[in-house]
This record gives sequence, C-alpha cells and structure tokens, in this order.
Amino acid sequence: MHLNTEANLNDADAFYAELTDLHRDLQTADSERVNARLILLLANHIGDNRILSEAMAIAKDLDPVQN
Amino acid sequence: MQKTYKNPVYDYVRSPDQDSSGRTHHPVIIVGGGPCGLAAALDFALQGIPTVVLDDNNTVSVGSRAICFAKRTLEIMDRYGAAERMVDKGVTWQLGKVFFQDEQVYEFNLLPEDQHKLPAFINLQQYYFEEYLVDRIAEENSIDLRWLHKVTELETNPEGTHITVETKDGTYQLSCDFLLVADGANSKIRTQLGLESKGQVFQDRFLIADVVMKADFPTERWFWFDPPFHRNQSALLHRQADDVWRIDLQLGWDADPEEEKKEENIRPRLQAMLGEDVEFELEWASVYTFQCRKMDDYIKDRVIFMGDAAHQVSPFGARGANGGVQSVENLAWKVSAILKGEAPLALLETYNTERQHGAAENILNSTRATDFITPKNHISRVFRDETLRLAKDQPFARSLVNSGRLSLPCTYEGSPLNTADSEDFNGGVVPGAVCKDAPIKINGEDAWLMNQLGNRFVAMVDIDANGEVVPNLVTENPDLAWILLSKDANKAQTLARQLSQAAVQAISDPQGLVAQRLALRPGSAYLFRPDQVVCGRWQQPTAADIHAAHRRALGYDL
Ligand SMILES: Cc1cc2nc3c(=O)[nH]c(=O)nc-3n(C[C@H](O)[C@H](O)[C@H](O)COP(=O)(O)OP(=O)(O)OC[C@H]3O[C@@H](n4cnc5c(N)ncnc54)[C@H](O)[C@@H]3O)c2cc1C
Repeated sequence: MHLNTEANLNDADAFYAELTDLHRDLQTADSERVNARLILLLANHIGDNRILSEAMAIAKDLDPVQN
Repeated sequence: MQKTYKNPVYDYVRSPDQDSSGRTHHPVIIVGGGPCGLAAALDFALQGIPTVVLDDNNTVSVGSRAICFAKRTLEIMDRYGAAERMVDKGVTWQLGKVFFQDEQVYEFNLLPEDQHKLPAFINLQQYYFEEYLVDRIAEENSIDLRWLHKVTELETNPEGTHITVETKDGTYQLSCDFLLVADGANSKIRTQLGLESKGQVFQDRFLIADVVMKADFPTERWFWFDPPFHRNQSALLHRQADDVWRIDLQLGWDADPEEEKKEENIRPRLQAMLGEDVEFELEWASVYTFQCRKMDDYIKDRVIFMGDAAHQVSPFGARGANGGVQSVENLAWKVSAILKGEAPLALLETYNTERQHGAAENILNSTRATDFITPKNHISRVFRDETLRLAKDQPFARSLVNSGRLSLPCTYEGSPLNTADSEDFNGGVVPGAVCKDAPIKINGEDAWLMNQLGNRFVAMVDIDANGEVVPNLVTENPDLAWILLSKDANKAQTLARQLSQAAVQAISDPQGLVAQRLALRPGSAYLFRPDQVVCGRWQQPTAADIHAAHRRALGYDL
C-alpha cells in the first residue's frame, strides 16, 4: 500500500472547515499541541510506517515562502 | 557510604611467567576483569581453551553501575554455570508506572511469556554479577585470573601480539595468538593503537544514586517525566537486591557534577522524590554524562576489542553489559574454532560484522530512548508531552512512551554464516536469531531446551516422521552433537540407542512447546551454533544440507 494522494475525503469542504475551526480560538502554543495530538492519533490509525514515511517526505518538501 | 555490600579484595599473586627469562606465550590473553573479560574467560574454558585474564584492580565494580540484566544475558550466564546465583539474588519486577507532571498516566505489566527457564530480566547490582563470575572462574583450572596485573604496552603484528604487564614486582612480557581487550569505555589500549570509538555524547547529566529504604516500598519501576519535585527533568526509581533502590535523576547539561555529588545536595532531591516521611540511607552516588559510540572495526591484526571498549551505549534500555556479553559469546567460539584448526581465520571477521550490527541496533534503541527522555528541541518536546498526556486515556500512545526498551538480542540477519531457508517455515526461529527456550524432558526428568544447546554445534531433528531419513542424517554428520526430539520419550530413546553414537541425545517434548516455538513439523531439523544461534533449518533435510550449513557457519564459504 502506498500513500493515497488522490482525493479521498468524503466531504472535503466540511473537513477543512472543521480543521480550521478547531484552531480558530487557540493561541499558537495550543494549536501546536492540538496538531501534535492530531498527528499522533492519525498516524496510529494509519499504522503503516511506509505510508507515514511517504507522507512525511511530501510534508517536509517546503517551497520557499514568498513574503 | 556503602553498607549493604563490601567489595571483595582479591590478592595479587605472582605468576611463574614473571620469573621466566623469555616472554611466555599464551593462546589467548584477556585484558580487563569487568563483566565482559570475565565472561570471555568462562566461555573459552567451556571450549577447552586456556586463558590468562589481566586486571589492573583487585576487586569487582565499585559502586553498582549496571543493574538490569536481560534474559539473553542470563541464558549466557546459565551456559557458564553462573545464572542460578544471579537469579536467586536478583529482583524480578513486572509492574511499571509512568508519571507525567502531577499524575500517574498509566501502569503496565510486562507479562513475559511463561515456560522459559529464565526471567525476562533481573535487577542486580553489577558488583554481584562480577563477584559470581569470579567465583565461578575459581572452579576452572584453565583460567589464570591475575589481579593487579596491568597491561601498559603492546605491539601487534598479523601473527600475534606482545604485551608488557606492570605489577608491584615490576614489569614482565607476554605474547599471545589473540589479545582480547575489554578494558572499558576509556580503553587505553584502543588509544595506544591509535584507534577511536566514535559517536555522540548526550548533552545532559544524570545523578545515579543507590539508596536503602527503611520501610516497605513496592517492587515496581517508576518513571517520572517532568515531575513536580524535579521540574523539566526525568526521574527513575527501581529496586535491586538487598532492599537497595536505584534512582536516576536527570540534571540537565548545566548542572555542576561536583556540587551535585555532595550528599547535602542529593538528600533534598531524593526526599522530595520519595516523600517527606520516607527514611532512606544513601549507599552510593555518582554523576554521569552518557555516550553512544563504537569503533568502526573491532579487530586490529589479532587484537580484538569487546564490551564498552568496542561499543558503548547510554544506560536507557540497559544494553551496555547486556550487549557486551553478547559480543563476548559471539567471539569466543570463533576464536576457539580457529585455534583448534576447525575454522579458517576468515571466520574472525564475522565477529566484527555481526557485532557491528548488534551495536548499531543497541545504539539506535538507546538513542531513541534518550531522545524521548530529553527532547532535542521545542517541537519534539511538544510531541513528547502530548504523547504522555494522551497515554492516560489512549492505549495507543503508551506504545510511543519510551523510557528505555527491554534489551533484546539482535538477529544476525543476512550474516554470511547463515544458510537461508529453502523451505517454508511458518514462524519459528529464523537463521541468525537465538533459539527460544522451552520445557522438555530427558529420561523422564524435567529439563530445558536451552541447556542442551551451546558450546558446540548442535543439530536437532524432530523424529516424529516416517521413513528412514533420520539415521542417515546422524551417521553422516558424526562431528555434530545430535538431539533427537519426539513427543514420545521411548521413541527418541530407542532411536538414540540404535544409533549408538556418543553425542546423540534423546529428548521429549510432552507439551509440544518446542515444536510450537520452533515451528517444527515431523522431520524438521535445526542447526545451532555454539552461541545457541540458529544457522540453518529445514523441513526435509538431507545429510548433505546439514553438513554444508555446518561448514558455512564455520566460515568455509567466506
Ligand atoms: C550508571 C550506569 C548504569 C548502567 N546500567 C546498565 C544496565 O542496567 N545494564 C547494562 O547491561 N549495562 C549498564 N551499564 C553499562 C555497564 O556498566 C558496562 O557496559 C559494563 O561495565 C562494561 O563491561 P566491560 O567489561 O566492557 O568494561 P568495564 O566494566 O569497564 O571493565 C573494564 C575492566 O578493565 C580493567 N582494566 C582497564 N584497563 C586495564 C589495563 N590496562 N590492564 C588491565 N586491566 C585493565 C578495569 O579495572 C576493569 O575491571 C551501566 C553503566 C553505568 C555507568
């Protein structure tokens, strides 16, 4: 199994709204904590180190940010 | 400070070698009488090779140092005839608790698989471990253990080594075929040869203290992350023999080791940790900085490094002495086989390759635990703390909490000494891994599988097969020790008698646990090295298969 990078969410807009709502009233420090918890929970659900490595490889490939 | 243990004092004895006009030659000389040097001497004795052990001191470890000795180490000690006292004296625990800040986040029970002779590990002070080895060595005439004989100089060449030994009576010279060096983490001999042990020093300090509790305290391992009595640091408490408790307190990099070592500074910290009413006495304390490092090559000519001199780990996960003793047993049978002319010199290099793999795995485990305990940056700290918070209600997070994993032996996967499986085994023990123990019966008496293996190559065949294959396997491989395994004791004994070969032993497996743990089918066979590692296995073996695997494991295919 590989990381699925095709659209897979059954309601993408609703998920995105919920994710940003989750952080709406949080200070940066708490957002960081929430994100950490979320990553840990989701990683465990996925369970397969190979898929997680593929996700991490894509995630760390940061484009230079334009200011 | 120390009240529960008095270090034995071993006398300096003058050796006849000191009166000889030339330099006396010995096949094997071992430098260092720590856990690794002592273990090596016993291993050689069991292989029939005499050794000289030189130690610059006159006692065992001063202060406790290592306390956790894992099952594999105990199995090795059992092979040496030294495990029983260790297990009797040591403490076994199963319950652990993990605390984060003000509260307990979870507790666990190790629940090791039962029906093994030896426990998953014991907690025992290093000085007892060494003392029992010294006592065991006294029973072996072939070991010449010399206290207060210090190796000061050496000269190596591809054929052998010359050394200079210093004593209170002056210096003398020795030569040897193989010099085994176990002179500890700061090996002077390594430095003298211009060799290095490379790796990382962790930028942290730890106070390690042993205390005697006056009152009862549970036999559990308690680990605190960021506790209220010791903010931002970690603390560990567990029990050893004699009601002595080991305490590890993380101090941080800025701590002043000389100040922290003072009893007046240690006491308040421990009092805060144990509770105001708990009465205790301080036995021993020291401040450490830990390192993980190893040599790129443990062998230089015929000088071979073992133990901390070859590879060193931080204590989280207890892999220092445990890993060291595994290196020793990997080496001893190989050097012995070479000295006896049973194996080519090329076999020696596999000590390096197999134990580089072992050390890399130990360093990886130890580094991961250290990084969890001391997060390297802000975001690692966030992940660490959230893991701990989640662990309270979410079982999955507990598997991520790493305060040191139990030391397990590595598998020599891909070792050139292994014969790869050619048939399907559904589980069992893969080539390169240490055999698993199981209860058996011999002549109606209870016994253990592990005690039948080791010191020599042993082939084991499950004879509950039909056909005439088994007698051929045995008669055509007379240089192996054979185990005939059956569910039916009579059947095994009858066949063993018919074969009338000296090294054939009948054992029965009444509970079927050997068959289960090794995934045996009727007719299957395993070949074990002298260090109890599997080097080949077959569902339908031929005599030639087993012969070839034996040669391969001795290094003839290298
Ligand atoms: C605080 C602490 C906790 C630890 N906890 C654990 C644990 O729980 N489990 C575990 O497995 N490991 C643990 N370790 C590691 C363990 O103590 C070491 O791995 C182990 O002692 C290494 O054994 P060794 O024989 O290689 O070397 P050492 O024990 O260092 O012995 C070296 C010997 O060589 C002698 N020597 C030195 N130079 C010469 C010379 N020139 N000539 C003659 N003799 C010489 C010395 O006197 C000494 O006796 C811990 C270590 C520390 C510091």
